[in-house]
Amino acid sequence: MKLMKSLLAATAIIALAAGAAQAKQLVFCSEASPAHFDPGPTTGGNDFDASSRTIFNRLVEFKHGGTEVEPGLAESWEISDDGLVYTFHLRPNVKFHTTSYFTPTRDFNADDVIFSFERQWKEDNAYYTYLSGLSWDYFQGMDMPKYLKSIEKVDDLTVKITLNEPNSPMIANLGMDFASIMSKEYADQLEAAGTLADFASAPVGTGPFQFVDYQTDAVIRYSAFPDYWAGKVAIDDLIFAITTDPAVRVQKLKAGECDIIPYPAPADIADLQADPNLVVQEQEGLNIGYMSYNTTVAPMDNVAVRKALNQAINKDAIIEAVYQGAGQVAVNLIPPTMWSYNTAVKDDAYDPAAAKAALEAAGVKDLTLDLWAMPVSRPYNPNAQRVAELIQADWAAVGVKANIVSYEWTEYRERGKAKDRPGAFQIGWTGDNGDPDNFFATLFSCSAIGVSNYSSWCDEGFEKLIQDAKTVPDQAERTKLYEQAQVVFKEQAPALTLAHSKVFMPMSKRVIGFTMDPLGIHRFDNVDVAE
Amino acid sequence: MLRYILHKLALIVPTVIGITICSFAFIRLLPGDPILAMAGQHGVSPERYEILKEQFGFNMPIWQQYLSYVWNVLHGDFGISLATKRPVLTDFLALFPATIELALFAMLLAVALGIPAGIFAAVKRGSWFDQLTMGVALTGYSMPIFWWGLLLIIFFSGYLGWTPVSGRIAINFFFKPITGFMLVDTLLYGNWAAFVSAVRHLILPAVVLGTIPLAVIARQTRSAMLEVLGEDYVRTARAKGLSPSRVINIHALRNAMIPVVTTIGLQVGMLMAGAILTETIFSWPGIGKWMIESISKRDYVVVQSGLLLIALVVMAVNLIVDVLYAVINPRIRAR
Repeated sequence: MKLMKSLLAATAIIALAAGAAQAKQLVFCSEASPAHFDPGPTTGGNDFDASSRTIFNRLVEFKHGGTEVEPGLAESWEISDDGLVYTFHLRPNVKFHTTSYFTPTRDFNADDVIFSFERQWKEDNAYYTYLSGLSWDYFQGMDMPKYLKSIEKVDDLTVKITLNEPNSPMIANLGMDFASIMSKEYADQLEAAGTLADFASAPVGTGPFQFVDYQTDAVIRYSAFPDYWAGKVAIDDLIFAITTDPAVRVQKLKAGECDIIPYPAPADIADLQADPNLVVQEQEGLNIGYMSYNTTVAPMDNVAVRKALNQAINKDAIIEAVYQGAGQVAVNLIPPTMWSYNTAVKDDAYDPAAAKAALEAAGVKDLTLDLWAMPVSRPYNPNAQRVAELIQADWAAVGVKANIVSYEWTEYRERGKAKDRPGAFQIGWTGDNGDPDNFFATLFSCSAIGVSNYSSWCDEGFEKLIQDAKTVPDQAERTKLYEQAQVVFKEQAPALTLAHSKVFMPMSKRVIGFTMDPLGIHRFDNVDVAE
Repeated sequence: MLRYILHKLALIVPTVIGITICSFAFIRLLPGDPILAMAGQHGVSPERYEILKEQFGFNMPIWQQYLSYVWNVLHGDFGISLATKRPVLTDFLALFPATIELALFAMLLAVALGIPAGIFAAVKRGSWFDQLTMGVALTGYSMPIFWWGLLLIIFFSGYLGWTPVSGRIAINFFFKPITGFMLVDTLLYGNWAAFVSAVRHLILPAVVLGTIPLAVIARQTRSAMLEVLGEDYVRTARAKGLSPSRVINIHALRNAMIPVVTTIGLQVGMLMAGAILTETIFSWPGIGKWMIESISKRDYVVVQSGLLLIALVVMAVNLIVDVLYAVINPRIRAR
């Protein structure tokens, strides 16, 4: 009987699919399976593409193709003069998805906002541990528990967030994936039924697409949400065909089995660009590949030595050999696409003779260093081993001997954090929210020593600039402070700024309106396909 | 016969215990911390790390972790994936039919082509066909699967456009799985176009996965046949004036099949190993791809229970092969 039922249901689905043959469909060949569909506890870009950017919205959204924020589920907001109270005015008449497993009885309101944060914050919330071994990595990682004092409902469409101390990047944080707004009504329904885990596998949001089906490790299906507050999107069906191998993704795109693919292998890019049926968009990634010197260990506690080591490295040669066109030399810690990027800063020019002389002047002879190479490939550093070999050769030319060291990835990072770690440590960072604070303070503040400040560098002047920039609400003022911070950084050289990656996005010519996003997310709400 | 089967079953018990120890130890021997691997680029604070360690039970002594793992497995609880938070058994059961379907077709292909090729090569020993078959078999046996798969995709899917690049069925076909076997499900739904699409998607992965077993089976059949063809009873049969086809098919083949069936049974383990690469290339949503992704995420729970489940399946297949072996060769069950 059960079999008969599902047969009938499925025949109906097939019939629907056949009837909808004229529907506009976009196939995105995504790079990995999502862990699940709750963007709160997940950390991968592929998780976010599949959940937060399709199914959900946030109070504020990042502008398409940019890192500035614009109104999302909050139509407007005010920040008190002391920078402690944020009042959000919520958008009225926003609907949640109606699916086979949930029918909302009310519109989005302040309760949903409060629930969305409290579930990650308050241990007594039923959803705080609703999946086994849950950890709210981004909520914790962005220091939300430290900053949040309270979230209160003023009325159905007004929410007041009070902070413990001013934190200017807060608005950008609220545009991040973990801050996606969930339906409290749906959460309550699942809690009453005792099926909390469904919250992660059968999602309900307010976003442009609603979840239809997930076949584990194979296909995710979405359909356009007809009652989307910003208007129904142009395509009808969005499909993620999970294809882990980059070479196979390229073949699928060429064969017309996908419309868009992320992360092609650098070696395939020229071929894709030459294909008359395809378009390859490109953009600088919001990331940095760098190499941290431990500034507490002699002789690298000496600025002159660090500068000399930087001068000895031919960065252009590394970019050409390792990044194969998918990277550009990094002058500053933040990429040029980010606001407050200081174009006046001059990089340490490649000059082996000057480097050698500087090392001699500093009294450094027969220097032997550990040179750390990441065991994994990242867009900001596709082959750290090869980079290490090139740096090793450059340093040998100025009389510095480098021993290349590498460990398994998690162990590598743990060992790198040690305050007394010797040598130069290759690492990188991908921006979370487009705020410069996310680079400067996360990677080089004094409090990040032993966490993510791999240089163990604590410079009074730099620290004051970045901490001030964190509390000043005015963006023009913040920009000035960050520009100065970049000057100090270059002068003090706690690290070699190596490269920012370039990201390529090949797609079929029938795709209209896709914009690449500096945050590395893939959004399809403004995409159409030619008939 | 029953005694024979019971004897074989008894032998499985120590093997299973050995496998639980190996699968439990294997992932823990790899460097890398599952909690840190999950945390992403922000990492976790030391306090949070301790809390998570306790939640996952990683703070217990290793022997206690092992015993609790075995205890849970004995109660049918294979644990919950650290990454997806879903029960391991749920994911295994959802993904396993895809692997079985692929492995079955790969094996079917290997047997259907390998045995006749081997017989023919043995009968025509030294001929150009023999030389060619054995040359191709050697090449097939030495083929790196990843490269071979990509080559076939580029040629047949990219250049000729005959087969789809990857996946199990064209994206337009969408239905809830009934059995999880795509060919069976499409037929149950009575959708012929979907069935054809599923077959087309199966061809390349089955060829890639079947290549090595095909080579092994062809070579094994040839050498077994050659050995049997030299036996006295075959000579007697020929001397009696029996037709060559009767001699080969009735007298020689049945005896030559014994080592071949053993080889086929052993190839099932090889198929599971080959499935890891084949599924990764063809985005085939089976347990091979699942295992490789879980290893890279240091998902201890999936790796240890997944390995155990796969091992149980391989052992079950080997048991069946042993029984078949006894059916083919009565001398074995008499022992």
